Amino acid sequence: MRRPHDVGGLEGGPIDTEEHTLEPWEKRVVVMRRLLAQQSPPVMTLDALRRGIEDLGADDYNRLSYYERWTASITNNLIHQGVISIDELSRKMEEVETRWRKERTS
Amino acid sequence: MIPLRFAVGQRVRVRAVFPPGHIRTPYYTRGCVGIIESLAGIDPNPEHLAYGHLGHPPVPLYRVRFHQPDLWPNYGGNLQDTVVVDIFEHWLEATAHA
Repeated sequence: MRRPHDVGGLEGGPIDTEEHTLEPWEKRVVVMRRLLAQQSPPVMTLDALRRGIEDLGADDYNRLSYYERWTASITNNLIHQGVISIDELSRKMEEVETRWRKERTS
Repeated sequence: MIPLRFAVGQRVRVRAVFPPGHIRTPYYTRGCVGIIESLAGIDPNPEHLAYGHLGHPPVPLYRVRFHQPDLWPNYGGNLQDTVVVDIFEHWLEATAHA
């Protein structure tokens, strides 16, 4: 079975050749990925990043942007490695969302 | 030094298997015949690295040259066109003919 990322030779439509500016959060994701791989032993290899992206499933794979896929894979890898817990993550997400809503309305 | 199963110039077929998991062998090459172009390196196995292991033992990685018409049934380009793909040794088997 061909998996959703393995698209070599399939019709892909026109290629967007515009230069993209990286958002600050995207740069942070790139650096975080690099730091996780540079530990000895690595917390997460590039291979593990790719595995996590490939395992997102076709729906999420096609819906998410490039660095959103990275974020999803890094998150799942860190949960799997026990670096962060789901509970810890859920509380941080709640905190950030609350802060964001407050900033938006003030 | 790990013994190499294939020599430069040897004809090889990519195994036509479709296991799950993190795989570096492109789907479009499976079952196709190419020629060993060179040894790219002997690298930790990404199929192990991807799951938090160290990738040992390392695996020879070959550059394999394919004729485009051998990869695509209705290839519309120049029939002499080729493409080189990096493929790990355990994905290849010796074959006498195309």
